[in-house]
Amino acid sequence: MECQECHKRPATLHFTQVVNGKKMEVHVCEVCAKEKGYMTYPEDSFSFQNLLTSLFNVESSPLGNNGNSNSVFTPAEDIQCEQCGMTFSEFKRIGKFGCASCYHTFSDRLDPIFRRVHSGNTKHHGKIPKRQGGDLHAKRQLEEYKLKLKELIDQEAFEEAANVRDQIKALETKMRGDDK
Amino acid sequence: MTLQHFVDEATSPWMRDEGPDNDIVLSCRIRLARNFANVSFPLAAEEDELEKIMQFFQQEYTHQSFQDFQDLEFVPIEELTPTEKRVLVEKHLISPHLAKYTKAAAAVISKNEQVSVMINEEDHIRIQLYFPGLQLDKALNKAFEFDDWLEEKVNYAFDESRGYLTSCPTNVGTGMRASVMMHLPSLVLTRQINRMIPAINQLGLVVRGIYGEGSEAIGNIFQISNQITLGKSEEDIVEDLQSVVKQLIEQERKARTRLMEQSGMRLEDRVYRSYGVLKYSRIIESKEAANCLSNVRLGIDLGMIEHVPRSILNELIILTQPGFLQQYAKKNLTANERDVLRASLIRERLKLENE
Repeated sequence: MECQECHKRPATLHFTQVVNGKKMEVHVCEVCAKEKGYMTYPEDSFSFQNLLTSLFNVESSPLGNNGNSNSVFTPAEDIQCEQCGMTFSEFKRIGKFGCASCYHTFSDRLDPIFRRVHSGNTKHHGKIPKRQGGDLHAKRQLEEYKLKLKELIDQEAFEEAANVRDQIKALETKMRGDDK
Repeated sequence: MTLQHFVDEATSPWMRDEGPDNDIVLSCRIRLARNFANVSFPLAAEEDELEKIMQFFQQEYTHQSFQDFQDLEFVPIEELTPTEKRVLVEKHLISPHLAKYTKAAAAVISKNEQVSVMINEEDHIRIQLYFPGLQLDKALNKAFEFDDWLEEKVNYAFDESRGYLTSCPTNVGTGMRASVMMHLPSLVLTRQINRMIPAINQLGLVVRGIYGEGSEAIGNIFQISNQITLGKSEEDIVEDLQSVVKQLIEQERKARTRLMEQSGMRLEDRVYRSYGVLKYSRIIESKEAANCLSNVRLGIDLGMIEHVPRSILNELIILTQPGFLQQYAKKNLTANERDVLRASLIRERLKLENE
């Protein structure tokens, strides 16, 4: 099969493109694929990146407090991360944070973005670093116990609930002890 | 050169082990994205900061071994030739993204290629663990243990409310991408896959080709992975993925049985024609090779072809990619030359099995 662009070289790359719901087969050689801007290597993820940044940008009034959605584009209102220099508008343009501090700097504006990207979730419920985690592990455990306690009381399983309550007390005492 | 063994052989040593459901599931992978606390992410960091991270890995982890994962080797990207980089990408040991970096980027790869750590990719650290067949639980446990082992010496960027902090907001939280590589020829043949993919997407999972984002599903191989990384525990994410994968396995097996019952002769014809093409062609394009390999692998799974090993698809799909062909030829090849060499390599590989 010959390349549909130059009609000289053999077509070595084959794509299926969907444009306005119409499916099109594309057969091109590597040279034309590069020249015409077709994907030449799977590293090309522009479409995904564009999608991602557009997700961030449809967000209405990220500043929230003054209700003027245009204000985010005026540099005076833009916030900047002190550690890496990333501004919020830059973050929205490229879709990447510059450093861990960006998460704190932009904190107030991130929930709507995370909600969109992570199906409504904004809070981490997974692994905690083993060494650095410190009392986070205990805190997480405490949350779980409290949830369980509530469930047991709702189910009127008072005997079991009493056990869990004791576990909570023990854990709280231990945590206070660790703080000292 | 220590790198040589990574580049020479198409199948990674771990691929030769049998795994559960490996008639349909080729492999599974857990990837964890991590960053150093107090250092900007690679995108924004100064080069000397990234150099320091690279040197830290070189000093602390070269020739260390974690459990039974064998020696870890340090591979600086800058020292690789374009072909070597391409080979590592084709073997999924590094990402195309990392291969593009020339400075302060490296990989730490275990000798059996089961675990690899990319350094200064989009995040400072990306840990990847591979297992043959469907063993997501085991892969997750091992990934956690490996993560803990690294964390003994590294302070991660972690936040109580947002979890592991990553360069891209799509990875924040667990930083985990769990994925499963599946061979689904019958679902493609019966066109059932077209209506399944949108359903899978609705469950917060993504279906892609074998080289990830933006790549085509060559040889009927699909990669299914989680999209959401925030708000769910790693165990829950893996469980959700696993249950969808199990349903796909069941559907693919049903479709195989149905195809055998309803058009067994046509299926057999298809398998043997593909086998013939692989065995006798002198020029073969990568897409045709991948399709034929997929058919032959299906023939092996259905017991039609007995003398060819099941690993043939995994092996030849990687071996016949441009990077590997060029590595084999020891020079750059035009597309035509690649098609000729590809055909000859496949013929040789099949002859080997017949002897």
